[in-house]
Amino acid sequence: MAGVAGGNDFQWCFSQVKGAIDEDVAEADIISTVEFNYSGELLATGDKGGRVVIFQHEQESKNRPHLRGEYNVYSTFQSHEPEFDYLKSLEIEEKINKIRWLPQQNAAHFLLSTNDKTIKLWKISERDKRAEGYNLKDEDGRLRDPFRITSLRVPVLMPMDLMVEASPRRIFANAHTYHINSISVNSDHETYLSADDLRINLWHLEITDRSFNIVDIKPANMEELTEVITAAECHPLQCNVFVYSSSKGTIRLCDMRAAALCDRHSKFFEEPEDPSSRSFFSEIISSISDVKFSHSGRYMMTRDYLSVKVWDLNMENRPVETYQVHEYLRSKLCSLYENDCIFDKFECCWNGSDSAIMTGSYNNFFRMFDRNTRRDITLEASRESSKPRATLKPRKVSTGGKRKKDEISVDSLDFNKKILHTAWHPKDNVIAVAATNNLYIFQDKIN
Amino acid sequence: MSATTAMEVNAEARRILAVSISKLYASRTQRGGLRLHRSLLLSMVMRSARDIYHSSRESEELWGAQPTSEEPMETGSCSGEQTVLPEPQPEPQPAMISAEPPSDEPDSEDEGCDGETAEDKENMSPTKQSRKRRGKAAAAPDFLPSKRARLEPGEERHAAPPGSCRAGAGESLIALSLNRVIPAF
Repeated sequence: MAGVAGGNDFQWCFSQVKGAIDEDVAEADIISTVEFNYSGELLATGDKGGRVVIFQHEQESKNRPHLRGEYNVYSTFQSHEPEFDYLKSLEIEEKINKIRWLPQQNAAHFLLSTNDKTIKLWKISERDKRAEGYNLKDEDGRLRDPFRITSLRVPVLMPMDLMVEASPRRIFANAHTYHINSISVNSDHETYLSADDLRINLWHLEITDRSFNIVDIKPANMEELTEVITAAECHPLQCNVFVYSSSKGTIRLCDMRAAALCDRHSKFFEEPEDPSSRSFFSEIISSISDVKFSHSGRYMMTRDYLSVKVWDLNMENRPVETYQVHEYLRSKLCSLYENDCIFDKFECCWNGSDSAIMTGSYNNFFRMFDRNTRRDITLEASRESSKPRATLKPRKVSTGGKRKKDEISVDSLDFNKKILHTAWHPKDNVIAVAATNNLYIFQDKIN
Repeated sequence: MSATTAMEVNAEARRILAVSISKLYASRTQRGGLRLHRSLLLSMVMRSARDIYHSSRESEELWGAQPTSEEPMETGSCSGEQTVLPEPQPEPQPAMISAEPPSDEPDSEDEGCDGETAEDKENMSPTKQSRKRRGKAAAAPDFLPSKRARLEPGEERHAAPPGSCRAGAGESLIALSLNRVIPAF
């Protein structure tokens, strides 16, 4: 797969944007998760209003073969509703924290969606035929008068307009005291894990009334709490291995064959802190917001506030690669603390071949790093560069005193425009970038 | 650390503490309930800020032999007064305070507060020390908003200030916030 940045071989260009253009963004429309399915044919988004929208890739049109097909709305449904916990007098938000697809096994598609407390398995299936000619009921469904039935016939399947139905098949509830931050489908395609701040549970997809607790870091005395779980993921190939990251910037790899309760890690990944960069906010910015295995299973990537790190699973004492996402923010941490931006949880993702990684930043900027060439690029998801097939121009943030033409100074960055969620197609160079309530789809220019 | 940088660091630490406390309170009304991760990070920042605040105050005390703007703030905080930095404050009880070495501040403050509240039996037991005192943290909460009006310079404090309870409440707020916010879950 070609590299990410510049040159004659590769350029990103605009493909589509989904969502309203209004300046006033309704909170419910803010996209909170984006995920391609295993083939890349479907793209799911979840929002703060508890809705899931699935886009499907249309085949390339024969008339315009130079265009890749577009993603169009396939299904929309309300996954979670706001709930109220009467015992604790707490409202449970309907915001979709994560969506994870199951590998496709038949004509229907399955996905897991979760809010803070409840995980749901949804079946998305197509209906394009309808049975007509029933014996006992009319076409409109009313029962026929038995005396009128004088002959027997076999109902016939007739084509109808395509209808995509989403139905909840399983509801996995009441297993998490704290807020769920991750779900991850296991490579055995039978189990999945869900993680909250202090515990990780292992579920079987068929069984909703119980789950196994496999990690519990809750201290006996909550006053002694020093770290929480921030993300967890199953290994893509080994069904006994998973990792979880912590608010202290550490990652633990656990092997479920070792014990029923995986409180003791098999591997512990931590980079020693640089004492010269210590500040009030060192702990906050070292908290890991996302962890993702590479497709190969050999590496994993972690995202903290200012950087992305690639770890080799065979080396625990430091990452093999570190990429600075927006180092110019290091001197602004105090203001970012005051406006709450320092608590933003950015995600990261790999491309299909694991040669490149992508993550978001502020001002609707997102960054891509090519692991082979070590080149990086900053692009912007904006309506201004939303002309069909328009090539995206690389952006630059000026850090020194002199601001060059086309550069943006750090103080002009819009910290309300943050890109927290991005996804990369599992096979092609197509990316989905969530910018508040809009979903941008970019693809490479086919030469 | 020089006196000025110690003061700057001190002011910065106080500001961060004030911001953190207001965030902590605001998070109680957030939709979805208290977030454990966020509360933990807030309490960590507050802890570092508190530690730096105290260590910078120690540096200041090393530098300033005569009563600095710090000491009146301690008695001010005993009265629950909000002080504006780094404006010097009047010393309601200069004789008592300036005579005490810094390490005895908590005790003198105790006596001062207790003496003042001798008549205010309703609000506070005059003989009992507040159990929530934590050494140097005793004189901290001048960055907290106070409901008491600020004294004009030259004014003396006469009646037993109900704010003396606030001193216990104020500094215990720090201890409370740091140690109790997590078990609240």
